Amino acid sequence: MTMCTMVAAWMPAVGGRLISLSFSDILIIVLYFVMVLGIGIYLKSYANTSSDFFMAGREMTAWVAGLSFLSANLGALELMGWAASTYQYGILAAHFYWIAAFPSMVFLGLVMMPFYYISKTHSVPGYLRLRYNESTRALSGISFAFMTVLMSGINMYAMAIVMKVVLGWNIHFSIWVSSLTVAVYVTLGGLYSAIFNEVLQFFLIWLGVLAVPILGMIEAGGWSGLVRKIHERVQSDDYVHLWRTLGTFSGNPMGVHWTGILFGLGGVIAFGYWTTDFLVVQRAMAAKDLRSAQFAPIIASYFKMIVPLIVILPGLLGLAVLPYHLVPESAAGPGMHSYNEVLPLMLARYCGPGLLGLGVTALIAGFMSGMAGNVSAFATVWTYDIYQPYIRKKATDAHYVLVGRWCTIVGVILSIGTAYFVTQFKSIMDYMQALVSFFIAPLFGTVIIGMMWRRATPKGGFWGLLAGTGSSIAMYTLVKIHPAYLSVIALSPNAKDMAENLYRALWSWIICVVVTIVVSLFTRPKPASELTGLVYGFTTIPSERTLPLYKRPIFWAGGVAIFFVALQWMFW
Amino acid sequence: MSGKTHMLPVWFFIGILLTIYGFIILTTSMVDFSQPTTVVLAKYHPGIFGGILLLLIGGGYTFWFWPGRQKHN
Repeated sequence: MTMCTMVAAWMPAVGGRLISLSFSDILIIVLYFVMVLGIGIYLKSYANTSSDFFMAGREMTAWVAGLSFLSANLGALELMGWAASTYQYGILAAHFYWIAAFPSMVFLGLVMMPFYYISKTHSVPGYLRLRYNESTRALSGISFAFMTVLMSGINMYAMAIVMKVVLGWNIHFSIWVSSLTVAVYVTLGGLYSAIFNEVLQFFLIWLGVLAVPILGMIEAGGWSGLVRKIHERVQSDDYVHLWRTLGTFSGNPMGVHWTGILFGLGGVIAFGYWTTDFLVVQRAMAAKDLRSAQFAPIIASYFKMIVPLIVILPGLLGLAVLPYHLVPESAAGPGMHSYNEVLPLMLARYCGPGLLGLGVTALIAGFMSGMAGNVSAFATVWTYDIYQPYIRKKATDAHYVLVGRWCTIVGVILSIGTAYFVTQFKSIMDYMQALVSFFIAPLFGTVIIGMMWRRATPKGGFWGLLAGTGSSIAMYTLVKIHPAYLSVIALSPNAKDMAENLYRALWSWIICVVVTIVVSLFTRPKPASELTGLVYGFTTIPSERTLPLYKRPIFWAGGVAIFFVALQWMFW
Repeated sequence: MSGKTHMLPVWFFIGILLTIYGFIILTTSMVDFSQPTTVVLAKYHPGIFGGILLLLIGGGYTFWFWPGRQKHN
């Protein structure tokens, strides 16, 4: 292979793309990369202690922590994926932004954050070490570190594919340019860089995609026009009702029942993710004080309630106004478009030069901050929960910062490796995403029991987590080998694949909790002196009675609850 | 830690970037004003409105969080 061929193989391609970029679009994209690198270089001088590098000095305001908390989850994969799911399933996809966000985010802020913050732990596995024992921390820490790097790689692969389909960019170019950019700014500025860029991404995503719902609703003729057009397209009203069609598994496009949505999705999956996934919890922990840490997820929940405007609505608008039908990825042949392309197609439909560049930058920013978030969380968990306790216990603070920086680079390299691995074995993505789901619900069970029940013992915590995780893996494997067992797990012969995820999470959480309780009752608990600051009853939580009502987190939590109920009623 | 109190807030960086973006988008849209693009609903000139919005938000953040004016991040 000649040098020219090698270089050409890496350059962005120009053929076979959905969107053509003008000079101003490319300028906007380039300026984004310049800005994020500049932020990383600027913040390097502020990230020289472990507290600064891993926890952003624990000095973020509630707004910065809150927007970063939301943005860490609001990656481009999620934006495009849920717009695609909306095109496929209708407004039911909004449940993943409403019932699957507000209750758990508010619960984190009001109930769990005091224990995370007061214990001064650096991570969720770190909390498990304090509350239970090293074994529980190791199980959680190693699995988290492994999964977060895999998810970072999947993120990178998905971005490269999107850029190839949408812009015609070479996959190697997309993977390496964005990975190296992330590696530079996170290695230099640590969590400061990751948070700053996540807040920047929040603005870019909103401003980049806003033209789609505004112009789309004008074109569709308002909500009534949108509903009419969707009805003409799919000959069904099921696509615009949130709860009405969930009385039976077969009565809605998603094939789920309201119990699965309420208890599976809104219960254990949502609580498991928002309250124990260190990628998001780390952002709230970086707040400057307990009240800011409590406000962070509550602020985020307000914005989460309105994210459907730029994710769900574009999906519905695509269903209504696009002159052709989109198809599943596996069925997309030449000249056809898959569900996943609905958001880029809508951007191309309404956004001219300049605005289009902003929209594409928003997608790129979403992918890159997703990777940055995973890598910074990986560096923190690896350094504090694996390297420090098991490899080198007593070292200087500067040493751990250096380990963190190297960890960031290694994390990016592993992510790149995962991305290339996935290019060879595409179906592995489904397995990797299932891997994440194995741990989420049981981890929530272990953490919440630990926080609420002083009688929970170290052995109970470990065996409950292991049993919950093992049962989740077993149920998943069983359904893969014998699909008929889906009806057993989801309690209905009409259940579809989505229902399996929801009910499996519910069962694994129940098993985790039951095993934790039973084993705890037969084993010795920690003495009260070792539970101070870790569990309800042994933790002094500062009173808010002296504060005016509008300064109390519970007041604003009540506000988002009212907002949530109003949305459910509006779209019933 | 001693330099922390002088750290530029994230809002300043956001302001700078959005101001530049607003300028680019507004300029591009005005240059293309008389040349219709192929996008749907181009008659509403979303680029001009979008550019103005970005300039307002970006300019506001840049002004409010300019070094020396801002109190905290």
